[in-house]
Amino acid sequence: MAAHPSESVINPVTPGRPAPATGTRARRRSPLPSSWLGYLFILPNLLGFAIFTLLPLAFAFAVSFANWDVISGIDGIEWIGFGNFSDLLRDGNFWGSLKNTAVYVGFSVPLTTLAGMGVAIALNGPIPGRTILRLIFFIPFITNTVAIGAVWLLLYHPRYSPLNNGLRNLGVEDPPAWLASSTWAMPALIIIAVWAGAGYAAIIYLAALQDISPDLYEAANLDGATSWERFRSITFPLLTPTTFFLLVTGFIGASQSFGLINLMTEGGPGRATTVLSYYIYQNGFEFYRFGYAAALSWVMFAGVLLLTLFLWRVQRRMVHYE
Amino acid sequence: MVAATPPHVGASRFKGRFRRRREGTSAVMDRGTIIRWVVVALLMWLVAMLFLAPFAWMVASSLKREIDVFRFPIRWIPEPVTWANYTEVWTGTYPLTKYIGNSLLVAVARVVGELFTASLAAYAFARMQFRGRNAIFVLYLATLIIPHQLLLVPRFILYREIGIYDTLWALILPGIFTVFGTFLLRQFFMTIPQELSDAARVDGANDWQIYWRIILPLAKPALASLAILAFVWSWNDYETPLVMLVSEANFTVPLGLTRYIDEGGGFSAALIMAGSVSSVLPVVVIFLILQRQFIAALARSGLKG
Repeated sequence: MAAHPSESVINPVTPGRPAPATGTRARRRSPLPSSWLGYLFILPNLLGFAIFTLLPLAFAFAVSFANWDVISGIDGIEWIGFGNFSDLLRDGNFWGSLKNTAVYVGFSVPLTTLAGMGVAIALNGPIPGRTILRLIFFIPFITNTVAIGAVWLLLYHPRYSPLNNGLRNLGVEDPPAWLASSTWAMPALIIIAVWAGAGYAAIIYLAALQDISPDLYEAANLDGATSWERFRSITFPLLTPTTFFLLVTGFIGASQSFGLINLMTEGGPGRATTVLSYYIYQNGFEFYRFGYAAALSWVMFAGVLLLTLFLWRVQRRMVHYE
Repeated sequence: MVAATPPHVGASRFKGRFRRRREGTSAVMDRGTIIRWVVVALLMWLVAMLFLAPFAWMVASSLKREIDVFRFPIRWIPEPVTWANYTEVWTGTYPLTKYIGNSLLVAVARVVGELFTASLAAYAFARMQFRGRNAIFVLYLATLIIPHQLLLVPRFILYREIGIYDTLWALILPGIFTVFGTFLLRQFFMTIPQELSDAARVDGANDWQIYWRIILPLAKPALASLAILAFVWSWNDYETPLVMLVSEANFTVPLGLTRYIDEGGGFSAALIMAGSVSSVLPVVVIFLILQRQFIAALARSGLKG
């Protein structure tokens, strides 16, 4: 990582002052006058954090051991121990949603990352109109879910789909029914996810590409490396920390989002696009099975945690830092 | 930075692995290179046009009469151009102006509040000594990977109990006290040289003055990053309002937009597209104006996290 610009600020200040080392030692010897001041500084944030995150978290823990719909009030809580968790093991819909989540996340995240890498490498070269290209790829990422859902609902329209009209023009005789087909609904959502996320991945990759020293490429050129060899031996290895970052945050993000699915398919046709996050939403806010929704959320948390730890281990073995 | 990278790393790795071609020709483009460059550029523009197509179609349809929206082949430049869709979605049955007001209120309140509480806490975590500081910070970090879903149900219940369910406070309050903002700013504050605070302390400044007069002015890029990200996330958030709001008077832009989708047959495709364009436009404008800061914000939120 490059030296932070603010470090240059040291020089104008230090000459007239005692050497920095003495300053630091003096500070350590006499601890800050009032340590309660520290609590005062974090208090506003900590208070909100306790109320809006810790308290709900504790509640989510408790209620996952209960049978409860919110309508019957606090008195309606019925403690059932691990009942929700054993129910969930027998719940075919839960396993189905887990499988759908794996398909959705497993395809959309790597494809988005790959697309972002391709776009970034191309944009890092001397292409005419780079600024405009970057904007074009980035716009979907800053578009809100509802607008994305709206435009794709129309593009996938069962009768008038402009997309399918275009495909027919290209010679595809029987284009997919997209959201109306239980086979194609999931791919349809994955296409949207890649379209919406590639620009973000590209921006992150572009920042990483700028950190790769041009000397490496010059040396490779002198040795007569082809562009594929340059990519395989320099670019790709040096981008692995970024790739892992995008995969991990991508998996976490994609497994949690349910807005687009709520908007476009409501989990259907049948249960073809009911992913775990949407199943949780349904249990909580459509069936009012709060205890069960909380139990499902914990399972999801465990899954995300395991996946993160696993990727982290893989990363430690594979990542190249410059 | 270039000088800091050991140049031999690349050189040694390649030495002997590739046949040496004409030495010193790397600066001159031969014909193969030029052809490849043209192909890559053309391909890139083609892919970009495909990426742009849904958005272009959205804009074009928003300016068409309803009967022209699905006409094929697609007319990318509408004829005749009509602004009636925009008049309807801005001032009609479900007026976007109202939703935009709500969205702006929520986003501004969140940004201001988050900048304040997060920068204060970040200063304490980065610069002050007190018992339990590290334990609290670890607790903060641990909650970063907790799925949003886990908090949805209990927050819903909590908001009903404390009376902010179905009010804009349900969107504002949790957005003010974020772990992410605290973490982002703390990471930046750590890079500000300790000597600056020490010097100020020798001159008799207290923590509040160091925070307000030294750290905050130096942290402007990080504060701008947080402000941009918080604003855009707040503006685009659909899932929180979906769960927490029921009264149409409180709807934010994304939730208001669903009014044009849900009722299917009752509304027209052209209206939905006009609403969508209106909802995206403010964010695109912010991006165009603050492009450099915006990209820096994303890079910062990502790579240093």
